[in-house]
Amino acid sequence: MERKVAMEEQNKLLNDVTQADYKYGFVTDIETDIIEKGLNEDIIRLISKKKGEPEFMLNFRLEAFKKWEKMEMPDWAYLKIPPIDLQSISYYAAPKKQPKYESLDEVDPELLDTFNKLGIPVEEQKHLAGVAVDVVMDSVSVKTTFKETLAEKGIIFCSFSEAVKEHPELVKKYLGKAVPVSDNYFAALNSAVFSDGSFCYIPKGVRCPMELSTYFRINAANTGQFERTLIVADDDSYVSYLEGCTAPMRDENQLHAAVVEIITMDRAEVKYSTVQNWYPGNKEGVGGIYNFVTKRGVCRGVSSKISWTQVETGSAITWKYPSCILLGDNSVGEFNSVALTNNFQQADTGSKMIHIGKNTKSTIISKGISAGRSDNSYRGLVKVMPGAKNSRNFSQCDSLLLNDTCGAHTFPYIDVRNKSSVVEHEATTSKIGEDQIFYCNQRGIDTETAIGMIVNGYAKEVLNKLPMEFAVEAQKLLQLSLEGSVG
Amino acid sequence: MLLYSSFERVGEAFLKRATIMLKIKNLYASVDGQEILKGINLEIKPGEVHAIMGPNGSGKSTLANVLAGKQEYEVTAGEVTFLGENLLDKAPETRAKDGLFLSFQYPVEIPGVPMANFIKTAVNEHRVHRGEKELTAGQFLKLMREKMELVEMKTKLTNRSVNEGFSGGEKKKNEIFQMAMLEPKLAILDETDSGLDIDALRTVANGVNALKSPETSSIVITHYQRLLDYIVPDFVHILYHGKIVKTAGKELALELEEKGYDWIKSEKGN
Amino acid sequence: MSVLVEKADLSLKYIAHYNKVKETLFEGSPDVLNAQRKKAFQDFVMQGIPTNKNEKYKYTNLHPHFLPNFSFIHQKEAQKTDPNAIFHCDVPQLDSYVKTTTNGWFNESKTEGDLPEGVILESLEKMMKEQPGLVEKYYAKIAKSDTDAMVALNTAFAKDGYFLYVPKNVVCEQPIQLINFLEAPKDSFVTQRNLVVLEQGADVKLILCDHTLNLNRYLCNAVTEIFVGENANLDYYTLQNQHNRTANISSVFVQQERDSVVTSHTSSFHGGLIRNNMEFVLNGENTEANVFGMAFLDKKQHVDNFTQIIHKKPNGRSNQVYKNVLDNEATGAFSGLIHVVRDAQNTNAFQQNNNLLLSDTATMQTKPQLIIDADDVKCSHGATVGQIDEEALFYLRARGINEDKARLMMMNAFMHEVVRKISVEALRDRIDELVERRLNGEVAKCHECAYQCEV
Repeated sequence: MERKVAMEEQNKLLNDVTQADYKYGFVTDIETDIIEKGLNEDIIRLISKKKGEPEFMLNFRLEAFKKWEKMEMPDWAYLKIPPIDLQSISYYAAPKKQPKYESLDEVDPELLDTFNKLGIPVEEQKHLAGVAVDVVMDSVSVKTTFKETLAEKGIIFCSFSEAVKEHPELVKKYLGKAVPVSDNYFAALNSAVFSDGSFCYIPKGVRCPMELSTYFRINAANTGQFERTLIVADDDSYVSYLEGCTAPMRDENQLHAAVVEIITMDRAEVKYSTVQNWYPGNKEGVGGIYNFVTKRGVCRGVSSKISWTQVETGSAITWKYPSCILLGDNSVGEFNSVALTNNFQQADTGSKMIHIGKNTKSTIISKGISAGRSDNSYRGLVKVMPGAKNSRNFSQCDSLLLNDTCGAHTFPYIDVRNKSSVVEHEATTSKIGEDQIFYCNQRGIDTETAIGMIVNGYAKEVLNKLPMEFAVEAQKLLQLSLEGSVG
Repeated sequence: MLLYSSFERVGEAFLKRATIMLKIKNLYASVDGQEILKGINLEIKPGEVHAIMGPNGSGKSTLANVLAGKQEYEVTAGEVTFLGENLLDKAPETRAKDGLFLSFQYPVEIPGVPMANFIKTAVNEHRVHRGEKELTAGQFLKLMREKMELVEMKTKLTNRSVNEGFSGGEKKKNEIFQMAMLEPKLAILDETDSGLDIDALRTVANGVNALKSPETSSIVITHYQRLLDYIVPDFVHILYHGKIVKTAGKELALELEEKGYDWIKSEKGN
Repeated sequence: MSVLVEKADLSLKYIAHYNKVKETLFEGSPDVLNAQRKKAFQDFVMQGIPTNKNEKYKYTNLHPHFLPNFSFIHQKEAQKTDPNAIFHCDVPQLDSYVKTTTNGWFNESKTEGDLPEGVILESLEKMMKEQPGLVEKYYAKIAKSDTDAMVALNTAFAKDGYFLYVPKNVVCEQPIQLINFLEAPKDSFVTQRNLVVLEQGADVKLILCDHTLNLNRYLCNAVTEIFVGENANLDYYTLQNQHNRTANISSVFVQQERDSVVTSHTSSFHGGLIRNNMEFVLNGENTEANVFGMAFLDKKQHVDNFTQIIHKKPNGRSNQVYKNVLDNEATGAFSGLIHVVRDAQNTNAFQQNNNLLLSDTATMQTKPQLIIDADDVKCSHGATVGQIDEEALFYLRARGINEDKARLMMMNAFMHEVVRKISVEALRDRIDELVERRLNGEVAKCHECAYQCEV
């Protein structure tokens, strides 16, 4: 009894830690260079001009804007989306955020506690909390070091703006080839107004010697609201790309509409891993990020491979379907996902696998975990075109419910148009095993820890696909995101 | 003077603890509104081995689960003290950390949770509870190797999830292995012999016996005499219709083996 | 743009027709029907004929089937031929109580045998006039015209159909069989409205057979509402065997009270377009719904099975198995939803859809869905699209069975999982035989039909 009370107190404390930290110190003044709010053709031209873009970029933006104007916000997802006033957003702001604090001592200790629980290195904590980073760890110098190593291999890895200036031919050749400007409402909006993002090109025969992670993590906190990523892997190349961060991400912008495009040529492979932990809103469901992301890869070359791995624990609303278009014969697409929703979070996420080439293979593994009063949906499409002979898909979509106030939903779409392909879909929904919890209790492990262990075990198949150090953090993140979810 | 009396009190408490490990008084319990235990009385002293036998449905497993604190089992009346403290008020994990161990009849599979991680967490929770330092990875591995030898456990635990894909015999050995790791004061073995061949049975029994000490006690729940050939009980109780209807020495088990339970049934009426 | 106009025009055509025949529709119709007619029509005007943009009709394009210039049958016509004379049910050993409908109208005919006391199997129109009190409280209560355009259209045009009533605790040992014929001198639009009421503890097996008796084109829009009382038991079998110029849109709504069990089983052997809507609402505790279906599709046939099982109360069980074999340019669709409402704890719901594609031009689209708002549930679904297991095929061939035969055996085995769910033995045997013959290619044409209407 006594212990239970203590545990409740502890839960409450942890809860406060994980929930309350966002209240502190994140009101960042964007100082300079803001253009007026609203969205129209002039604004698009202004954005392009301010960025000093070549004409093809302006045309790309304008085309997207024209398409977007005729589109409507999608309403097919299992989400309750409050109205978003897109005219009240300023679409160009040079992201010049000043450090908020001089040292970590000034930062809310509870926030630091959360960082420590996640095992985030001190220097990175400073960065994430908005503390001025010392000279040694300055992201510019880090960037330079990485760049040298990468440049030796001929790898291009830079900001999108830089790529537009320095490698316009590559950008022109591949931009919008995986996600056309008119693909969907949010992709069109992004195409029209995107501020910046990352560009990555791996030349023929090159295996990228490092996971493009640390650099990106350092950079991540300053990426804008409409971010654009383009990754091109030429013949026989390989890269593993990490996006996001396990630390709770601060951001003033409510709406996020990012686009990620991946193109793989013959026998190339791209591994793209994401950990998304944007602010999910408070326990009452107030606030939080709306995250509408379009991610798509095209396996253009034969025997090429794209794999998406995601751990989604943040955002008030997540709308995200990382997809693969399997164009080249023998190409392979993978989607591995853990999506955890707590309190009033809503997630509608899944994947699309479009089989066009012969002998193409795809796998979808989705693990949904619902707690609090959240709704967690898997939505997926597997389409096998008539020419995609001997193709194969296997999908496994499991949902775990932690209480009787949350929801878990599964909406797979399967469309097969030839006789030599095999598509299999399986899904289960179940409650967390009381007998498993009791077994752990009997060995002296408290319920909170037991649930963390069981949930991590349940998600293991996916967590194993993450790069090592990311996986360890993701495990802690799952545990942390669940705290206080057990009644 | 004051000092003396407080010493005396501590000494008394110690004595009390030393003489009675577990005391069950008039225990009633039900599942889904159905009464299963109907007034159990039992006292166990340190160093004792008690066997509980009885036909199917007599309440043996219910008793084990009530003692371990399983939620579905509602205690409707009675008291249980363990080491002088009220047991029924405590959370299952507290009971475990106080030294009560249940070897489950059907150990549950927990996919994706590595065995090593699981038992390490459990061992360290116990240590913290006792005010000891957590084990380092090296110390833990050494301990694990020792204890695995003790129960002749050849299963590679590091790569496997808790009980997942274990054979019946492996699961039971795993229970005894965990018992060895956690060093409980009172071990309840719920039909640990079921589904074991004679070699596995001997191994499990040897493991249990090796862990026996004058300070520890066990409750052995079984249908059959054969386990009691290896784990020799000090007392044998027959549980029937939720009550202990007969208590005697180890010879009672032999008598049961010979006559079956029918004589109890006829003696007690249905 | 022209397509859009055409689509709008198509709904307008049916709206105009309603306005033209409005008086005929109301005239002589029972008040119970007329009371819903106007609102239903308005609901249809609001919704129009569903397009592929409607998520519920994503995989079925109704428009080509509404295009022909149909004639309507708004008044009962004198029967020219006794259907029994040209048609006899050839399910051997099936001892059933038989009634028929033609073009949606219930046929008054002499039937051998008797129904148990109190059981009513009659014309819906007739019963609405004779015992409005009995029918009124059920009619249009679970088939909602404001959310379903086809229900709206049906309710606007509804004149007749069958009415089955089984009183409290009455057990019908003998299965009841209803044969629905389509036979009109011109291409026709047919509306049929049925109502089934099982009082507490009632038990009945209902077998429905859909047939076409001539070569004309038909669009049949049928709606059936089924109320199953506490502890009642209903077996509901449907055999669809119509020619390829028929579009059959059938919507069945079932509401189950506590401890009731309903098993529905749909065998689609033939038809141009078949759309089966099955909506089950498990409205009481401890109810069970078993929903099975199978379809054989070849040529340019299209079958779309659309199911929704809504678990509203605790301790419910549902079990769905749908299987399709598709050949030539056939297109198949399955859309199944399990919805467990909050508080419907301890629900066990299972859904499975398996499909075999025999040609590269056949298409299967499947959409199994789960919406789960309670946590103490066991829900699962699985869907597969593929071919016969080559390894198993090889195993059979290695034992000396020739490939064609082996394939047939495998397909039979594939379908048998659904066939064996039929509890009426004579019907099960007959369907087993039909499956075999269908797979063999022997019944490529409507086997029952005197007309060689294959197109």
